[in-house]
Amino acid sequence: MQAGIEDEEDESRADASGEIKLPATLEGLLGRVPEQAEIAIVGGGVIGLAIAYYLAKRGLENVVVLERGYLAEGASGRNGGGVRQQWSTEINIRLMQESVELCRRFAVDLGVNVWFRQGGYLFLARNAKEVARLEKNIALQNRCGVATRMLEPKKALDIVPELDLAGIVGASYNPSDGILFPWPFLWGYARQAAAYGVRIFTQTPVGGLEPMAGGGYVVHTPRGAVRARRVINACGAWSPKLAELIGVQVPTWPIRHEICSSEPLKPFLRPMVSELASGLYCSQSMRGEIVGGVSLPGHASTYNMGSTLEFLATYARRLVKLMPVLGDIKILRQWAGPYDQSPDGNPILGPAPGHPDFFLACGFVGHGFMMAPIIGKLYAEWLTGEQPHEIFGRSSLARFADGSGAQHEKEDFNIG
Amino acid sequence: MPGKIVLCRCEDVTLADVEHSVSRGYRDIEEVKRYTGFGTGPCQGKECLAVVALQLARITQQDPGAIPPFTSRPPLAPTPLKLLARDPGAHRFPDETEGDG
Repeated sequence: MQAGIEDEEDESRADASGEIKLPATLEGLLGRVPEQAEIAIVGGGVIGLAIAYYLAKRGLENVVVLERGYLAEGASGRNGGGVRQQWSTEINIRLMQESVELCRRFAVDLGVNVWFRQGGYLFLARNAKEVARLEKNIALQNRCGVATRMLEPKKALDIVPELDLAGIVGASYNPSDGILFPWPFLWGYARQAAAYGVRIFTQTPVGGLEPMAGGGYVVHTPRGAVRARRVINACGAWSPKLAELIGVQVPTWPIRHEICSSEPLKPFLRPMVSELASGLYCSQSMRGEIVGGVSLPGHASTYNMGSTLEFLATYARRLVKLMPVLGDIKILRQWAGPYDQSPDGNPILGPAPGHPDFFLACGFVGHGFMMAPIIGKLYAEWLTGEQPHEIFGRSSLARFADGSGAQHEKEDFNIG
Repeated sequence: MPGKIVLCRCEDVTLADVEHSVSRGYRDIEEVKRYTGFGTGPCQGKECLAVVALQLARITQQDPGAIPPFTSRPPLAPTPLKLLARDPGAHRFPDETEGDG
């Protein structure tokens, strides 16, 4: 069964010949953007599409999504698909509890198979300091109702018998963390958003944002200009570039993170496995591939998404050390994607100071995918009249200028 | 037997799958790769890329020369982890001592 493609709704639309006739999710490449929009979302990644879907579902009309390239071209199509609740700050733990619930319902709510599988997350510690870090997080996670527990190394073998325990001194395990297949997640949001009337334009870069006298912006693209009452910057690692068009400084920067995939194997690995010492992580997709990465040092700002042998060699060395049985499996391909790194590890949300119609949805530091379901829902609720969730108050761009970010804890569990 | 013409043998992607992808608006070759999974198996597109590109050109009424290949990904051929693990260029983390492994 291919992810993302067939579902019951599709089958019901098959004609007599059995051929499936469906409307296109995306606008044709020759079409013009509409002259007016209530909200123009720039960026066809998971954050932008989730916001678009929830806005339209809540009845907002005239929403457009403008994507520079193709859907999932950025980090949304390049990540490992991990969805976890093992975080170090209460707000991230609680948000991720809600995101996991939305992922559980995604196939039913969005009508697409995203291969979501709750096999848990197993974090491995190689020294007492790492154990203490996990224990501190677990205490907080347990208070929030997440059933993470500390395991003796031998107990980790009950979950992953293939582990080599040499050097492992402890592990944390939460059985309700999971993984999904990122691509169909975007197609699901895109298709349902389109069904609610959102117009999604790919190959449509934004070249200019011209403030209008009464508020809002004329958004210039090669397919014409759209007069949008509000603009949402959901460009991920490219967010600073869009913000620059109106002179707003977004202090995030792109960091390359590499990842790779193996040949498919018979399913054997249930959880996502990660070790703190190296940032190594790997999981087995529903296609049977082992997908994973490792943290190389260096956080230089770059949009270079090339691949390196250093990454592949480091990943192989750490993975074979941790799971020697994997030595004979073959790597099929490697690629890279950009983290949108924020100075304090927390996202940047809400209107830019002095620009009340220009909203930010960026700075997710490599975990935007797993946050997108709940952030998209909360953002849409806020923009359609609900009281803003606490996350928006503490995530404003202004915190970097006025120091208000200091009162909130920094998330320090960005692994991988 | 339309619909059973296999274009990508590694991932069992048929001509009908490619047509379906285009009908939904996913018509860039990078999008078709992701939507159908073609070119993501052991051959990494070496057998199927030109075949799919040609059919995509036909379906979307483009000149085949206007369709670039999708980004090719290292390694050149499927490579065992244990060989890569011996590469001297691997980064050593603080918990690794010089010379082990």
